[in-house]
Amino acid sequence: MAANVTSANARASRLRWLVIAVPLAWMLIFFLIPFFNVLKISFSTRARAMPPYKPVLSMVDGIAGLFDKLQQLTIANYLTLVADSKYWLAYVSSVQIALFSTVLIVLVAYPIAYGMARAPRQWRTTLVMLVILPFWTSFLIRVYAWIGILSDEGLLNQVLMQLGLIDQPLRILTTNWAVYIGIVYSYLPFMILPLYATLEKLDETLLEAAEDLGCPPMKAFWTITFPLSLPGLIAGCFLVFIPITGEFVIPDLLGGSGTLMIGKTLWYEFFNNRNWPLASAVAVVLLLLLVVPIVIFQNQQQKQAEKSR
Amino acid sequence: MKKFSGRTMLAAVIVAGGAASAAAADKEVHVYNWSNYIDDSILADFTKATGIKVVYDVYDSMETLEAKMFTGRSGYDVVVPTDRNMQVLIEAGAFQKLDKSKIPNLQYAWPDIYKRLATYDPGNEYAVNYMWGTTGLGYDKAKIDARMPDAPVNSMDMIFKPEVAAKFADCGIYMLNSPEDVMPAALNYLGLPPDSKSKEDLQKATDLLLKIRPYVRKFDSSLINPLATGEACVAFGFSGDILQARDTAKSGVEIVYSIPKEGALLWMDSMVIPKDAPNPEAALAFINYIQTPEVIAKATNFVKYPNGNLESQKYVDPAILKDPTIYPPADTMAHLYTTTPNSDEIQDAMTALWQQVLAGK
Repeated sequence: MAANVTSANARASRLRWLVIAVPLAWMLIFFLIPFFNVLKISFSTRARAMPPYKPVLSMVDGIAGLFDKLQQLTIANYLTLVADSKYWLAYVSSVQIALFSTVLIVLVAYPIAYGMARAPRQWRTTLVMLVILPFWTSFLIRVYAWIGILSDEGLLNQVLMQLGLIDQPLRILTTNWAVYIGIVYSYLPFMILPLYATLEKLDETLLEAAEDLGCPPMKAFWTITFPLSLPGLIAGCFLVFIPITGEFVIPDLLGGSGTLMIGKTLWYEFFNNRNWPLASAVAVVLLLLLVVPIVIFQNQQQKQAEKSR
Repeated sequence: MKKFSGRTMLAAVIVAGGAASAAAADKEVHVYNWSNYIDDSILADFTKATGIKVVYDVYDSMETLEAKMFTGRSGYDVVVPTDRNMQVLIEAGAFQKLDKSKIPNLQYAWPDIYKRLATYDPGNEYAVNYMWGTTGLGYDKAKIDARMPDAPVNSMDMIFKPEVAAKFADCGIYMLNSPEDVMPAALNYLGLPPDSKSKEDLQKATDLLLKIRPYVRKFDSSLINPLATGEACVAFGFSGDILQARDTAKSGVEIVYSIPKEGALLWMDSMVIPKDAPNPEAALAFINYIQTPEVIAKATNFVKYPNGNLESQKYVDPAILKDPTIYPPADTMAHLYTTTPNSDEIQDAMTALWQQVLAGK
């Protein structure tokens, strides 16, 4: 009997390992290995060679050769990042743009997700499909389409002029407004879906009870619905804030040349200056700046969740 | 051609020919060229003439090609880098020297172009010129006439003279987002050597650019769309982009290209063979075929760029050959300059100055 239980346990733990192994392998292959590659390049020096940096670590040189090359690694790129204020300005500017965009996205996405969760049950699948639908077209093509909408002689200005609302075309393209429009449009589904998922599961009897006890709808929303939707809201914020910080394509296509973002700075180092090591250092620091606060935040969230249990 | 672009992801891949079979591998040539840069029938004709299949891929930014060349094992037999980028890659050891005995059509080479090409490829050992062109001014004639009937359309005054540029700020001035192309024009306008590697000179060029920065709507990687869609009324960029904008603009819009009288940058796109090309023999056959005067003339008639093959001018459409904005007359040719790659130190300085220009401070 006891032996049976142990073998069943062993089988279960083996199964558990198998289940974990797949995502683990995925992370290892598609995240950790490329990351360590970038990390390795960030400690090397620019060179006119193939690849354009040195030293190139390889096992061909044997252990002694490898050790010799390891000594050539340098932290000079990171020192440059600290010493030159233009990198910090770009980081700060990226975070500002990402924060403002995230707020805008929440303001737009919340009512949509709320409306979807409250829609008649038979409509909901269709509504979710409509949110996902744009993903069927290339992201880049959708951003390009905004150029056609926002330009001086574009759709929006033509409609507004036809209606007689304006007599001069509005200058939107190549301004930061175009960047925000493009970002909000592109990232909206990533906020709507987690919000909808939590709002849809919301126990409606709580709201009925509140109504029975004479709580006005607005107050019921802020005391019941909103707090209960927080997990979805937080998940959505992370899903949009992180990629927006590193966003490159939208500001490049829709914005003016003055929009400062770290993605562009990285581009200039990598392509104009052919400084792959410094560009790698920029990428590593960006990752650390984003990941460390998020890990701390999630740890705290977890602790709180455990406490309240 | 376009040298700076964030649109690498858009690079479509066109495959002419078919699935590769192992037996046919030695009868295949893998070509990697700029997008919209060849008359497709040329590739079919080559296969007909030689039995070698062409697998033809395209890129739309120099960076895509450069990154592939730097990392090696690209699988391509022929690639078409632009001058300065080509020199950097030659220095990095990315290409192999040409066996010129296999390219008899080099006898038709245009000496003036190959002399300039030798700036980047000393001794003309690695590269065979495909197309070349200039960097100049494109403008929307109706919009310019409405704002300034006597506009100096043949001069960089259009952009570099603040009181002139101010008149066109409302209809949009676009410039290439490429310090390597704009800085030399600014230096040249100031009477300094366009290829200057002095930091003081570059600072002076930056000061000039900062003065007119408020009137520039955007520094962009491609000027075809802004000009064709009316976002820009004055643009500084590659001749071919502006001529393509002219051809794609809606009817009634007249886009004109002019080579500024102060002089202009002459750029060259040339065919080279990667060091690790799987089939260098087929690559040489392809390059030689392209240099057949009738064939390269057909390419020029299609893309509207001049080529580096003197004999081919007999077969180029007379309208293109006589167009001074495509084949500049000899006195304009004498004003065209070339620039050389920067040392790492000057390149970093130039990029930093450029970022100041973009930020406007």
